[in-house]
Amino acid sequence: MLFNLNALITLELLLPITLTFVFIAIYALLGVYAERKIAAFIQDRVGPDEVGYKGTLQTFADILKLLQKEIIVPDSADKILFWLAPILIFASVFAGFAVLPFMHSEYYVNINLALLWVMTIVSIDVIGIIMAGWASNNKYSLYGSMRAVSQMIAYEIPLGFAILGVAVIYGTLNINQIITMQSIEGYTWGLWNTKNYGGFFLWSIFQHPHLLLIFLIFFTAGIAECNRAPFDIPEAESELIAGFHIEYSGFAFATIMLAEYANMLIISLLSVIMFFGGWNSPLPNLGNFFLYHWTNGGLFWSSFWLLTKSFLLIFIMMWIRWSWPRFRADQLLQFSWKVLLPASLTLVIFSVLWKLWLHP
Amino acid sequence: MVETVLFWVLAVLSIATALAVITNRNPMYSVLLLVVNFFCIGGLYLTLNAEFIAVIQIIVYAGAIMVLFLFVVMLLNLGSEKSLEPAFDAKKGLAFLLGLAFLAEMLVAMKDFSAIGSAKETFEYGKVEKIGLQLMTQYVYPFEMISVILLVALIGALMIAKKYN
Repeated sequence: MLFNLNALITLELLLPITLTFVFIAIYALLGVYAERKIAAFIQDRVGPDEVGYKGTLQTFADILKLLQKEIIVPDSADKILFWLAPILIFASVFAGFAVLPFMHSEYYVNINLALLWVMTIVSIDVIGIIMAGWASNNKYSLYGSMRAVSQMIAYEIPLGFAILGVAVIYGTLNINQIITMQSIEGYTWGLWNTKNYGGFFLWSIFQHPHLLLIFLIFFTAGIAECNRAPFDIPEAESELIAGFHIEYSGFAFATIMLAEYANMLIISLLSVIMFFGGWNSPLPNLGNFFLYHWTNGGLFWSSFWLLTKSFLLIFIMMWIRWSWPRFRADQLLQFSWKVLLPASLTLVIFSVLWKLWLHP
Repeated sequence: MVETVLFWVLAVLSIATALAVITNRNPMYSVLLLVVNFFCIGGLYLTLNAEFIAVIQIIVYAGAIMVLFLFVVMLLNLGSEKSLEPAFDAKKGLAFLLGLAFLAEMLVAMKDFSAIGSAKETFEYGKVEKIGLQLMTQYVYPFEMISVILLVALIGALMIAKKYN
């Protein structure tokens, strides 16, 4: 049996779910604040400055405002789908966290198909976007969701191939095993024995050089899956006003935003797990300073490293968002089908060759 | 116990949604109900410990194919029912015959079927390693044939859609 009913109703299952939700909510609030401050810094502005110390309470004020706002349902909207869409969008993204660890502990579902499961989540998310766009009965939102579909379909394939490349190298789809492998293997790029140094030498991108390229593909496709700039054509503000969620207000809108930030966290957690050693410490042993052994293991260090690395990647996502202009719809699709797809396919084949012959 | 409850809930739900798909007059709802149906079938696979098939079912059907269906439905804008009628008329008989043939096929296939027993006995079959090994050894010929058929379908679609200048 996969699970038993008693576990469902006991705290053992409910507690992690609640904690994860609270964590994601707080992370999203701080993430929005960080995004605004980073955007302001990049554009040489001040950013939120009034509420709280240096504007730290700005997003809390915003969420309070959103909570008490009326959710306006357009007259000609399809009422059922309009209400279901944000729920589906958030629920599907939230389900992805079931298999994603925040620390080296037992409180996540350690299944063998974890990576595939996350791919599933990403692909279900788009149905919610279509529902939102179609049910709103607004031509801008319909355009937005149609763009979302073509984009999602295009970028899911390189994303899947990137995951496949890693799965081929480690021979597993299990997150726990992938991270463990990144603390055992010790031949940097198949050339130097770096097992005693530990730290970032053991990351998969330094163990297997082509994984660095696979990471770039994964991260690019991941940003596209999150509908973030420069791949944000489904919600392009200057063309479609807000795309698929144009008709959403109040808490329904907040849910959609929460899902977007949660999606970013999924992509960066996955990147860290597959390419940057997961919860292992990045610090290498130097002479008598066994930094790697000192800062490794345990609940604190594992969650510290995993989340720090993820937040760094999220910072890079924000940095990219405010540095590049938006792709045009046709450029975006061409980039996926003509550049990312052949590249990822080639890298998967190289992965197989590397695994079979090249790596010691 | 839980298994049985889950099975009945999912079975009833999948049949109900399948019926709703063909009786619903709004194509958008039909497609979305079909997605729910695929989820139910995925759940049924899960109760059989076939995790890989369940996940693939959701990725491929619910995630990719249904999304394309939704795309087409939105593009065609099938608002009025009347636009549907002539298209279906000629094919009704053929669809009935094909459905009958499929049913007969299922019945023949199920004639020799014996219940494998509890899910514990099938535990090994659902694993990725098992499926991969089987596909690459025992079933490599059908597997490759399917890929060729898919390729032919792809090229055919391209040829039909292509504009000749």
